[in-house]
Amino acid sequence: MAGRPKTPAAATEPGAPARAARAPRRRTAAQIGRTPLGARPVPALTAAVGAKNPRTVDTVLDNGLRVIAVRKAGTPLIEARLRIPFSATRVPAQVHSARAEMLAATLMLGTGTRDRQQVDADLAVVGGHLDASVDAQRLMVAGSVLSTGLPTLLAVLADSLTDPAFRSDEIRVERARLHEHLMISLSQPSAVARKHLQERRFGDHAAAWDTPLAEDVDAVTPAVVRSLFRRQAVPDGAVLVLVGDLSPARAVSQVAEALGDWRSDRAAVRMTPPPPVEPAPLAAFDNPGAVQSQVRLSAPAVGREHEGYPAQQLANLVYGGYFSSRLVENIREDKGFTYSASSSVSFWPGRAAVTVGFDTTTESTAAAVWEAQYELGRMALTPPSDAEVESARNYALGTLAASLATQAGYASMISQLAGSGLDGAWLDDYRAGVAAVTAAEVHELARTIFAPSAFMGVVVGDLTTVAAPLSAVLPVELP
Amino acid sequence: MPTADYPVSRLTLDNGLRVVLAPDRTAGVIGVSVHYDVGFRSEPQGRTGFAHLFEHLMFQGSESLPKLEHFRLVQSSGGIFNGSTHTDYTDYFEVLPAAALERGLFLEADRMRAPTITAENLANQVDVVSEEIRLNVLSRPYGGFPWIHLPPVLFDSFANAHDGYGAFEDLQAATVADCADFFERYYTPANAVLTVAGDIDPDEAADLIHRHFDDVPGRPAPERPSFAEPWPDGVREADREDPLAPVPALAVGWRLPDPVAQLREYLATVLLGSVLSEGESSRLQSRVVARGEVATEMWAGPGLVGGPLDARDPDVFVLGAIHPPHVPWEDVVGAADAQIAELAARGPTDDEMIRAAARFVVGLYRENDSIGARTRSLGSMELLHGRAELLNEIPALVADLTTDEIAAAAASLDPGRRAVLRINPAGAR
Repeated sequence: MAGRPKTPAAATEPGAPARAARAPRRRTAAQIGRTPLGARPVPALTAAVGAKNPRTVDTVLDNGLRVIAVRKAGTPLIEARLRIPFSATRVPAQVHSARAEMLAATLMLGTGTRDRQQVDADLAVVGGHLDASVDAQRLMVAGSVLSTGLPTLLAVLADSLTDPAFRSDEIRVERARLHEHLMISLSQPSAVARKHLQERRFGDHAAAWDTPLAEDVDAVTPAVVRSLFRRQAVPDGAVLVLVGDLSPARAVSQVAEALGDWRSDRAAVRMTPPPPVEPAPLAAFDNPGAVQSQVRLSAPAVGREHEGYPAQQLANLVYGGYFSSRLVENIREDKGFTYSASSSVSFWPGRAAVTVGFDTTTESTAAAVWEAQYELGRMALTPPSDAEVESARNYALGTLAASLATQAGYASMISQLAGSGLDGAWLDDYRAGVAAVTAAEVHELARTIFAPSAFMGVVVGDLTTVAAPLSAVLPVELP
Repeated sequence: MPTADYPVSRLTLDNGLRVVLAPDRTAGVIGVSVHYDVGFRSEPQGRTGFAHLFEHLMFQGSESLPKLEHFRLVQSSGGIFNGSTHTDYTDYFEVLPAAALERGLFLEADRMRAPTITAENLANQVDVVSEEIRLNVLSRPYGGFPWIHLPPVLFDSFANAHDGYGAFEDLQAATVADCADFFERYYTPANAVLTVAGDIDPDEAADLIHRHFDDVPGRPAPERPSFAEPWPDGVREADREDPLAPVPALAVGWRLPDPVAQLREYLATVLLGSVLSEGESSRLQSRVVARGEVATEMWAGPGLVGGPLDARDPDVFVLGAIHPPHVPWEDVVGAADAQIAELAARGPTDDEMIRAAARFVVGLYRENDSIGARTRSLGSMELLHGRAELLNEIPALVADLTTDEIAAAAASLDPGRRAVLRINPAGAR
């Protein structure tokens, strides 16, 4: 290391007798925590840089596909997100969910002219990848490619959308793999809790079926997958977002050329609005011997297009939406009941809901639930302080800027917004709304959204230990 | 291939703090990270998990910031923060709006100079870390697989073999005096790298860094011991019952070339991992997994914690698999061995080389498009390799590798000198 340290270590506390000659080599924790100068002032923020949306072309092709191309250079890549509304129609949501999952698992595994390896090899040469996934609302093909490889990425995507093979032997292999994946993922405690929450929130509506059951996948045949693809993987209603080191106009014409043959008489199937989340007692599910319990609480919220949305975002942050929130400071930092706790807002067509979640030791489950309820009550009854609102405001704006600073983050945000019929202009309105909202407006929203009486919830844990203390503090529905 | 280029400059303060500056004026956000040259490999016997526990304590307040103020200050400035403990280092970082640069520096300087370590905070964070272990290891199928359970099969020394999350009794036994000693020994500015990236003017940033860090007391950096130990001279095996796992899994571990001294050979193992298991056209996916008989999931590559290039010597090449219960583990490992042997004998094709290099480089670009990730990558490369610029140099280094070098990397995965860990689904029986 260059040079000897010049600054002397502060080995003595202020006021302590000088004993420089015999100072201990190592300081105590108390000595470490203090310097002669004492606490220093926190530096002020400098002037903020205003956000501006990058150059964008947003258009609809003749086949009904909406294309949004955004220039965001810096890294020599292009991010792609194709979102196709893909909700259940004609068959029960549970059955659709298994079929859609098999379709997503096999869509990128070959075409009439490319086998499974060739699809991947053609993309890999240009540093590309494309992965299909599905949830209760949409089928998504997402990936990225070196900026020079966009034509190849589009060619492979077009081939997969117009001539997917869904070969019987691939379906057979992937069905067994998917079965195993689902068994593994549904053995994760958080997935079990999610499943219970969705069933309690949405009953037999399609929104409840984010993930199929392993046994339902076993019944899915190649013919079923092909038929589902023909009927529902269609361009009318779908949105392709491209973000990166590209020229927007040229990218749109490349898409029009590559995907021009992807056509259908049908339109993509959007999910119908799910039923509203209704208040209900906490439903308890047994997980014998578990060392932790999973707690999930939910209530109705307002959507992105609602005028109260910016206020709700700040209220959610104040409650449990970030680390400096009331919930996290209470049950993690103060009491050590949990490693992490969160609160977030999710969206379905025509509906939104706030979801509070944390995992806690078996022993402290009831106490943690009680504290979460207490903090909900406090949100409903007491206005947040100006400092709390200011902090949430800066956090909302700062983290939005950071996530939009990456190509992947920007592409995902624009794709999500497009899925709700919104665009980049919404981002401007949202930023302005968050900048202007007052503490009184935040409290006005919190009074209804965070009222404990509006909530339902589930808890999964070892009920021999958890049930009695939980039932002592709240109405609980035991199995 | 189009390239990304992140300009890098550096300075060293009188107290020994090394500083890396990487301006990117398009970002609008900045990243600040501090990498301390101590990871769980350095923690003493009887104190497993201590490096990670100490990382938590560094968030519990410092001379100018009471408990919880660190979190509040970062978040109320519009930023995010975190810390993470790795094999050979511990890092702390913030991503903030450009307007909060000085605050980010202030926060890191304050806790580097004078963290608040109290018995109360220690007890609280022992609880939080214990919950983290219950969440990530004990409550989860395959929890800790393979990073916690493979090292004790492959390695003999306590440093290399022990669990970095720690045993509950060791965490409980930690004292405030242990914390003070650990801080004094390892958390000196001379043992750290500060990285500032994103929307900064390098000269202004350097002034601010001097203002906040110059009076952090200098103490000599500790001498770094060698963690070297001999390669295994045979096959070592272990079984682990996992009450939550629905199906069996296994991991095979081999020793790797020294990531710093033999970087070129090490990068060859990165490409080998890609040729073996990345994408449907890779050897293991196309010839083993896609046939659906032997394994449902296979992966291969260097690095146990945080991916490749995240540790010093000794590092581990891992082959992992999840397989159906009726397939004997020997068949799974045998199928992988056959593919590795073929690569060792004939090497990859030119097309495979191009694909593997393109995939790896794009993965690197994609990850480091984020200022937060870029700040941390530059910092860890400066700390481990003494060269933050490596982030810019790796694409060319990788493109320069030959098929013979990949074949040699495959040949080094010797079936006679390795560790095999089997996860048995105890609950399913």
